[in-house]
Formats: sequence, structure tokens, C-alpha cells
Amino acid sequence: MVTFRIKENASCGEQGSPGCCSQTVMRAHWLDRIGTPWSDGVIPTEVGEVPRVRTALNYRDRIGTIKARWGVGRMSYRVAPGLYGVGDPGPDSPVLVSANYKLSFDRLRSVLSGRDAWILVLDTKGINVWCAAGKGTFGTDEIVRRVQMSGLERIVSHRKLVVPQLGATGVSAHVVRNRCGFRVVYGPVRAADLPAFLDAGMKAQPEMRRVRFNFVDRLVLIPVELVMGGKYALLAAAALVLLSGLTLHGYSFANVRTTGLMSAALIFVSSFGGAILGPALLPWLPGRAFSIKGAVLGFAMLGALIVSGWTALSPSGPSLHVAAWALMTPAIASFTVMNFTGASTFTSLSGVQREMRFALPAQITGSIIGLGLWVIGLLVPGGRMS
Amino acid sequence: MRYLESVVTLEFDPKACNGCGMCVIVCPHAVFAMIDKRAVVADRGACMECGACAKNCEPEAIRVRSGVGCAAGVLAGMIAGTEPVCGCPGDSSACC
Repeated sequence: MVTFRIKENASCGEQGSPGCCSQTVMRAHWLDRIGTPWSDGVIPTEVGEVPRVRTALNYRDRIGTIKARWGVGRMSYRVAPGLYGVGDPGPDSPVLVSANYKLSFDRLRSVLSGRDAWILVLDTKGINVWCAAGKGTFGTDEIVRRVQMSGLERIVSHRKLVVPQLGATGVSAHVVRNRCGFRVVYGPVRAADLPAFLDAGMKAQPEMRRVRFNFVDRLVLIPVELVMGGKYALLAAAALVLLSGLTLHGYSFANVRTTGLMSAALIFVSSFGGAILGPALLPWLPGRAFSIKGAVLGFAMLGALIVSGWTALSPSGPSLHVAAWALMTPAIASFTVMNFTGASTFTSLSGVQREMRFALPAQITGSIIGLGLWVIGLLVPGGRMS
Repeated sequence: MRYLESVVTLEFDPKACNGCGMCVIVCPHAVFAMIDKRAVVADRGACMECGACAKNCEPEAIRVRSGVGCAAGVLAGMIAGTEPVCGCPGDSSACC
């Protein structure tokens, strides 16, 4: 008898999914959401208390954002999935669906000050809405599951879910409606447009439906690009520093201090220069393929160093090392900028595959021949930069 | 900014379109437009193959080979011998 009653009390939808229909589990989910630094109290509902979250971001949220942008703990920057509320939401308040990447969640709640709304956080494994939708974790199944687990149909009287437009890659609106009765209304691309969207009776202006990739959008992505490429650059630089002491007559530490440090610096210019200037100058770099933009950038950076009279590259006569870097810098910068396709908002899979078919062999060939010339340059007289 | 346009795999069958307009709503690059209560492909070259339109087209009038336009993902797929993956094998940090 008792077990039966507990089961009934658990807030599951009629077709409750496996694993959600025990009160212990529900309680655990609830405990994860309550008492977090961003919650302030609870909202009583028919199916139990729902955590209320603040709409103002504090310094901890901001430091968290900065850390995530630098890749620090980015993959575990999560919010417990489930239902939350802002303000004093009731049965008529809108339900806004979000991902459980805390950056996404923060963006959403920070635009909702002074409003009453429900926030349904999906379990996207800590990935943002668009990327999670591409993987399918922000998707039809998870929406239906969360709607049923949260007991949403007993909390709100309407049957509408506001899903961010970029979630549409993983969500079939018509399937969601057939499976749980809730109608998906696609909200704007950017959370910042959400207040205007809600005030207009859930209508989005055409520009709210367009994804952008302006200068600031690109700049905030640079830190992660630096961190991701950084370890390979460090390894490559360390390898060149070690190798640079080689001569035909044994190991020369003097050469490590000259050629070695110069070479490490050039690896950093190629890699970090590509990771910073590639995103920053993206629209102005010639070519459409990111690999071409990167190669052009590599040549330009090397050219700038030579013209500016950087001693290592302005030898009395052309050395093998100048030729080596004329191959390696564009190859490394090309690869670095090509990898930025994944962070961009407008590159297609077919396009990326097309450019990689010619770019990857070119980058590998350039790097190998460049490295070969560099090693030969160490050994032949006058081959080094000095 | 525009990307490589000739390789886009988007296909649209106007005869199957029911005029619901979902493709216009979900596309982040305004590839579709509504003319006389039917969808038309207005800017095919801007398609990034995210697949949102096909996923939300109830009469299945849209086809596109969707996936991640991400070189690191394509490379990870090449190495693993699988389809391009937007890459978190075991939640590594190298992930979008």
C-alpha cells in the first residue's frame, strides 16, 4: 500500500520513462537543483517545490563565464537538469527550454529580470544548445522525457514550450507535440531578444532568427582556440628547441639559445597568431575556405616579420631556414584557422570536407618539407638563421 | 561572410511542401522564404547543413546531409574511421 502511494505521488507523466518513477530519484534530482548559488528559494506547485533562480548574475557567475571561455573546467560547467522558475511563475507563465551548460543557463536567466517564467533545463551533458542539438542530446526525446519527469502538464495550464531556435537542429516540433501534447514555439536565436519576443506575443522579427558572427562573437572564442592549440604548439616548440642544438660536430647549447629560441618563437607566431588573428580578421582574409584564409595569414605574418627586420629572418643571404619557415608558418596557420570552422556559425559539413581534401595534404606536405629543410639547415654551413 | 557554396547538399521538393513555414522559422541563415504560401529555396548557398529544416518538416519535403561543419570533428572521424563527430570521446576538453 505504502509503496503504491509513493509511486503515485512521484511527479511523473503518465508514460513516465524508466528510472524516473521513484521518489528517491526525484528527490535526488530536486536536491541537485536546490541550494545552488544561483537559487533563492522555492516556488510551491501542485507537484512539489520548484527551485527559484535569481536573474541577476553575480561575480561568481562572471568568473565562471571567464573560466569557461578559457577552457577551464568547461566540460563540467553544468546545471542540474529539471524545472526551475524565475520571479513568481504560475499556470499561465511561459516555459522556456534551455541546455544544462551553465553559460547557456546564465544567458537565459539574466534576460528574465522582472518576469515570471518557468525554465526547463534539459540534460545536454553540459553542452550548449546548438552543439547539443547537433549531437541530438538537445533533442525530441530529451524534451519529452523532461516534460514528463517534471510533471509540467500539472504545473502549467497551457501547452507551449519556447525552445531556442538553434535547438531545432535536434528537435522535431511535430513529434514533440504528438508525443507529449506540448507545442514547440521556436524562440529567437539570442537570449537577449527573448524579452522582445515574449512581449510581441511570441513572435520573432526576421533578424532575431538570423545567426550572426560579428567581431565580438568571434573575439570571445579566441581564448579557447588558444588553449586548444596551445599544448601542441608548446610540444612542437619544445621539440625544435631540443633539436636546434644538433650540429655535425656534436651538440651546441649556443645554437639552442639562438636558433632554438627563434624557432620556438616562430611556432608560437604561426599557431597563436593564427588562433588570434584568424578569428579577428576572418571576413577580411581572402578566400572562402578557412584553410586558405589561414595560409594567407601565415605568409602575411612571416612577411611582416621579415619586413620589420626581425634579425632571425633577415640574414645577410637567404638561408635554408627562411625557406623552411616560408613553408611551415603558412601550414601551421592554415591548420589553426581551418579548425576554427568548428566554432564558426556558417560552415557546412560538405564545405569543410571539400576544403580538407586539398588543405590537409598541403598542410602536411608543407610541414614535412619545411621541417626537413629546417633540420638540413641546422647541419649545413650558413643554413641557420642567426 | 559566406562559405563554399557549390557543395551544399540541400534538396527541396516543392510538391511535397504543405506551406507550414517551419523551415523559414528554424533556418538561421534565411535559406528559405515563403512565396504564395509555399516555401522556396531563396539562398541555397548560405546553407550550413545544420538539418533543422528537414527535422521540422512534417511532410518530409526537405533533405540535407546534416552534420558538423567542423574540421576537428571531420579529422576525428577520419582517424576513428567513423562519420565526422563533434568530438567528445569520453568528454575530453576538445569539444565545441
